Amino acid sequence: MRGTSGVLIMKTMQLRLTVNGETRQWTIAPGDLLLDVLRREGCYGVKRGCEKGECGACTVLLDGKPINSCLMFAAQAEGCDILTIEGLAVGDVLDPLQEAFLDHGAVQCGYCTPGMILNAKALLARNPHPSEAEVRETMAGNYCRCTGYLKPVEAVLAAAGRAPAPARSGRKAVKR
Amino acid sequence: MQSFEYANPATLQEALALLAPRWGQADILAGGTDLISLMKDYLHTPKRVVNIKNLKELEGIQKTDAGLRIGALVTMDELAKNADVRSGYKSLADAAAGIPSPQIRHMGTAGGDLCQRPRCWYYRQGFGLLAMKDGKSLVPGGENKYHAIFGGGPAWFVSASSLGPALVALGARVKLVSAKGPREVPAAKFFVAPKDEASREIALRPDEILTEILVPAAVVKSATYEVRQKEALDWPLATASVALTMKGNAVASAKVVLGHVAATPWEAADAEKALAGKTITPATAEAAGKAAVTGAQPLSQNAYKVTLAKVAVKRALLEAVKAPKA
Repeated sequence: MRGTSGVLIMKTMQLRLTVNGETRQWTIAPGDLLLDVLRREGCYGVKRGCEKGECGACTVLLDGKPINSCLMFAAQAEGCDILTIEGLAVGDVLDPLQEAFLDHGAVQCGYCTPGMILNAKALLARNPHPSEAEVRETMAGNYCRCTGYLKPVEAVLAAAGRAPAPARSGRKAVKR
Repeated sequence: MQSFEYANPATLQEALALLAPRWGQADILAGGTDLISLMKDYLHTPKRVVNIKNLKELEGIQKTDAGLRIGALVTMDELAKNADVRSGYKSLADAAAGIPSPQIRHMGTAGGDLCQRPRCWYYRQGFGLLAMKDGKSLVPGGENKYHAIFGGGPAWFVSASSLGPALVALGARVKLVSAKGPREVPAAKFFVAPKDEASREIALRPDEILTEILVPAAVVKSATYEVRQKEALDWPLATASVALTMKGNAVASAKVVLGHVAATPWEAADAEKALAGKTITPATAEAAGKAAVTGAQPLSQNAYKVTLAKVAVKRALLEAVKAPKA
């Protein structure tokens, strides 16, 4: 159907985009969220969390930038390049962030992990040696209910080749 | 979510032709962070969604002799990081950077920040913009800890805009375009406290698109200070944005605008008067904070916001006159 201006108005549409390096073409409805489409197409690492843009479990990188896929219509991703956690490792070789999360025990239930790693990936691409404060500021977009953030922050700093701030060990020693 | 038709215009003229003369027919989609939430909750059920993300003319930040032109599609991340904004319009960069999640800063746009609907939980739970029952607002006798302390109703929600207070303080204008042509509205008049349920909280008409924000060139010292409950995604409890024109070390004229305390950004005229001719010291800043909350009328659960607003003014003033970081 065409609107009064002659602009094409769509009930279903073809979405062309790149996901984890591969060109894709999917038929979608205008109301399909990017989160739903990615999961439907097998990217189960994109997690459904709060669906309000607060928890960050659904984070993917869109043209290198972290976004909440629960708050984006898939239609708006036309022509974009999307990276999900499935596309981060190269063959059997994990990304340094994934290695660091394993080494530091930064994964517990794992639900927040894909979003956290992708958000950290974008941070390190822009700022290869962030301070602990910068890492924590970035993590404000990802809720974790297991780890208390300590291990993920350490993991990101380690992946960036920077040891956690010395104050950390002092804080750990506090008796409860 | 109710189904809808999706329109993907390539030009502003095409987009304008797709809008409708009444609210509820068509909604404008940019970053989507608010619209999609509203649609998921059936608070907005548009028949048509008009995606404006492809309109190149709505992008970019330009510095000219007249000031700063901020395209409506500029993201909060771009605004927070832009060198011209950071050097000349610090209060605006502060406000954009204050939005806690990187994901939302990458998605959310400047135009969308101004046009987002209130976060009032009565509105978001379907009680309507003014939460009216039997001709009376439910807010004063209900759960009102995040509601207004200025304005006296009937709109007790607070303006959700992060950029609003800074734009009002800087004397910015907002360009609104319809198929009939453009008009410019001062930021202070863009935000409106609605008197009835059918009205909106912004001056935008249903057939208009907010295309750009124009901030005048002026040598001012500015800062925005937000008080937030948590570091994760949320809206501030109270904000103060200040813009000072200086004469030597003294304030020639001041703009002090509070945020998240009224249905619109709230200009604190008494604080502005209190600052004229003064140098900013902890004492004069504190006095201005006290003056800023003159006439506050807190509800049963939100007197704490009076204190927050007072302190936010003091801290914003001290921040504005701090020597810029090298």
